[in-house]
Amino acid sequence: MTFLRSLSRRLKRRLVVIAGLLTLGYLLLPNIVVTVFSFNDPKGRFNYEWQRFSTDAWTDPCGVAGLCGSLSLSLQLAAWATLGATVLGTMTAFALVRYRFRARGAVNSLIFLPMAMPEVVMAASLLTLFLNLGAELGFRTILIAHVVFCLSFVVTAVKARVMSMDPRLEQAAQDLYAGPLQTFLRVTLPIAAPGIAAGALLAFALSFDDFIITNFTAGSTVTFPMFVWGSAQRGTPVQINVVGTAVFLVAVLCVLAAMVMGNRRNRRRAS
Amino acid sequence: MATVTGAPPLAPAPGPEERSPRRRGRLTPYWLLLPGMLWLLVFFALPMVYQASTSVQTGSLEEGYRVTWHFATYWDAVTDYWPQFLRSVAYAGAATVLCLLLGYPLAYLIAFRAGRWRNLVLVLVIAPFFTSFLIRTLAWKTILADGGPVVGALDALHVLDVTSWLGVTAGDRVLATPLAVVCGLTYNFLPFMILPLYTSLERIDGRLHEAAGDLYARPFTTFRKVTFPLSAPGVVSGTLLTFIPASGDYVNADLLGSPDTRMAGNVIQTQFLRVLDYPTAAALSFLLMAGILAIVTLYIRRSGTEDLV
Repeated sequence: MTFLRSLSRRLKRRLVVIAGLLTLGYLLLPNIVVTVFSFNDPKGRFNYEWQRFSTDAWTDPCGVAGLCGSLSLSLQLAAWATLGATVLGTMTAFALVRYRFRARGAVNSLIFLPMAMPEVVMAASLLTLFLNLGAELGFRTILIAHVVFCLSFVVTAVKARVMSMDPRLEQAAQDLYAGPLQTFLRVTLPIAAPGIAAGALLAFALSFDDFIITNFTAGSTVTFPMFVWGSAQRGTPVQINVVGTAVFLVAVLCVLAAMVMGNRRNRRRAS
Repeated sequence: MATVTGAPPLAPAPGPEERSPRRRGRLTPYWLLLPGMLWLLVFFALPMVYQASTSVQTGSLEEGYRVTWHFATYWDAVTDYWPQFLRSVAYAGAATVLCLLLGYPLAYLIAFRAGRWRNLVLVLVIAPFFTSFLIRTLAWKTILADGGPVVGALDALHVLDVTSWLGVTAGDRVLATPLAVVCGLTYNFLPFMILPLYTSLERIDGRLHEAAGDLYARPFTTFRKVTFPLSAPGVVSGTLLTFIPASGDYVNADLLGSPDTRMAGNVIQTQFLRVLDYPTAAALSFLLMAGILAIVTLYIRRSGTEDLV
């Protein structure tokens, strides 16, 4: 009886593990395909069928007109959007956590709503605004839109960190005759930094990869996702896969390096 | 709420209003809020007003539009495009259920079974995000290609016979069918389901499982009576984070589907960017927003978790 029970329990354990690993495979399969097809030498304009191995695209990543231009545009856009959203979002988060004021509920829902709305609705309404104001669609309108949807995510990330902060640290700093500015710069900001960094990273990733809102607010400006979208209609160059694979590898290596360093630091602290 | 309860007062007897560490400057919070709120009011709230006004305007591109309270636009939008709206809800709903079914075991695995591999698996869940989602969605065209290994295997297992009978695939094709669109939606929003699930599972005290076992609960009973109820907040936020973006998505339906799988997002995109019929487009967008808000509110009420916001 106990044997049967332990067997079934073990099988159930395995079942969860197997199902979980299958899901993980489902999540990673497209990335594997993207990587493999970055070494393809397609016959026609579309890179959907495997022909033969080639490293042409890797040796000439900018060989397709407009690709590298769109990539650098997307990077600039993401950098500015991150800056804007992080500054505005951090200020908002501090106000929400540290102060009591009227209209807190209204502020909270104004921050929550952009996250709870399908992107296409926000995109369409922004386009209506720009059309009505006669604004010229381009880099500036995309930037405005990106700051809007990144802002809420930064607020959420920073808020979580500032909330878990011990307020006595600041009181202690003030008791030691630190002025408000000094307290903020030397105590508050360093403690809140991981939250701000997490929010900024999230904002960068969201802005860099955004398509739907950009599609509506870009006019004829072509960001990298817009370039990919256009090429899905006209023909997909292998270089798209090269960019996708390269960004993926760099990011994963950075994360792994950070993990290893974090582990080492923890071990040193423990010993 | 961020009051500083629990902290012993270091300054002489603070009044109830002044417990926050920085008590000078009653206007400070408003100054801090001003830029962010101004941004959201001008570029989030105001556009909604403009959109509402556009949806009841009539006119043409050449002569300009005027507000004429022409509510018939809404009626026309519903009668013309109800199949697309229905499809949006159906595809997004199916993708959400699939995400929950696929994502739960993985979240469970990371929370309780991964041991020292936990961080690595978490990284692998997030890693796909680093490749643009459009490129990854295009990869599904290769994976589900006609006569490819995946479609071949499904055909050999007679899965395609069943799905064709259900009307979600056509013959021996998967691409350009509802199944392909749902498969793409599920794939794209799966991490948004896994991460909240993992967060709420990770908080569960492992000793509760042991206690359930000690009380002679079988593993499945333990799951049904202990684990799943405790993970309910994760299930609710995961389903919302999947359903809301999926219902407005038009990328998957466009890249993996056919004209017969167009969703509400596709219609809004075409009306706004190709047909340039702004009143209809604005009305459609408003209807989508209202529909989703209604479904989400109802869902939150029923699931009884109102502390989400």
